Amino acid sequence: MSEHILSSKVYWIIWITLMCLTMVTAAVAFVDLGPFNTVVALVIATFKALLVVLFFMHVKYASEKMTKMVIVSALFWLFLLLFLSLADYGTRYASHP
Amino acid sequence: MSDSPIAVEEHGPELRHHFASVEQQRDAASLGMWLFLATEIMFFGGLFLAYLVYRMWYYNEFAAGSRSLDITLGTVNTMVLICSSLTVALGVRAAQMGKRMLLVILLVLTLIFGLAFLGIKGVEWYQKYAEHHIPGHSFDASDLAKDYPQLPIDQAHDQIYFSLYFAMTGLHALHMIIGVGIFSFLLFYAWKGRYTPEYHTPVEIGGLYWHFVDIVWIYLFPLLYLIDRKR
Repeated sequence: MSEHILSSKVYWIIWITLMCLTMVTAAVAFVDLGPFNTVVALVIATFKALLVVLFFMHVKYASEKMTKMVIVSALFWLFLLLFLSLADYGTRYASHP
Repeated sequence: MSDSPIAVEEHGPELRHHFASVEQQRDAASLGMWLFLATEIMFFGGLFLAYLVYRMWYYNEFAAGSRSLDITLGTVNTMVLICSSLTVALGVRAAQMGKRMLLVILLVLTLIFGLAFLGIKGVEWYQKYAEHHIPGHSFDASDLAKDYPQLPIDQAHDQIYFSLYFAMTGLHALHMIIGVGIFSFLLFYAWKGRYTPEYHTPVEIGGLYWHFVDIVWIYLFPLLYLIDRKR
């Protein structure tokens, strides 16, 4: 069994998508969406990161299942760090100390 | 008794004998790199958490600091980094197919993009220096209070914004510098023809590292430059 070699067309399509999303997210920053500016920017960033991980880093085609488990575990620990800490700091004081 | 010799399979020099196959060796190396990247996620995660908590507390100062950054240079730098990720991905593909010259050219392009990113980052840091926005003795954010009168500012809290700005972009730039080092090493051995379709693990896992540093920037860019432009 040999390695999965992607067509270079895939990489170019991902590249164009990433470039367009970068321009879109920069343009949206100048539109007043209230609290949704943050949501839109982070959703676009997460989509970009997902494209890089799945295609540029070959995770979509990884034969080794452990790799996916390591990634999911790492994201879970990051979620614990961010979510639990922000829940604590966000509710501990009525306003900042 | 067992005096029979252990069966020794013939294999090429690219395969270390404690691995069953080239594929297993490659998967093990890639898994090890991902474990390292998992620790890196937590390493940067702490800084991201600090940024989010302080932004929640000192929103005005963070918004003013964020708006003082050069969004054009930030966007161009994001694109430069995405281009470098493309050349890395195509480079790994060239290594998989054993195209030596193509790999060398793509590694050189990656290094050029990487150095361009660091150069633009340097220009941005110099602007912050010229504006007295580097935390410390000569820190002065009175220009921010003038530029954004709708945001009442406590200068001490703006030092926190710029401390985090320099810590996060600085740590990211350090990773870029290490990446440039790794890719110079890869370029040297690619030039000497060490990487073949059977053995190109260093290119593959060096590429994983480069893409990871790109992803960190993909999150730094909206957090530092974008999300506080309006409101």
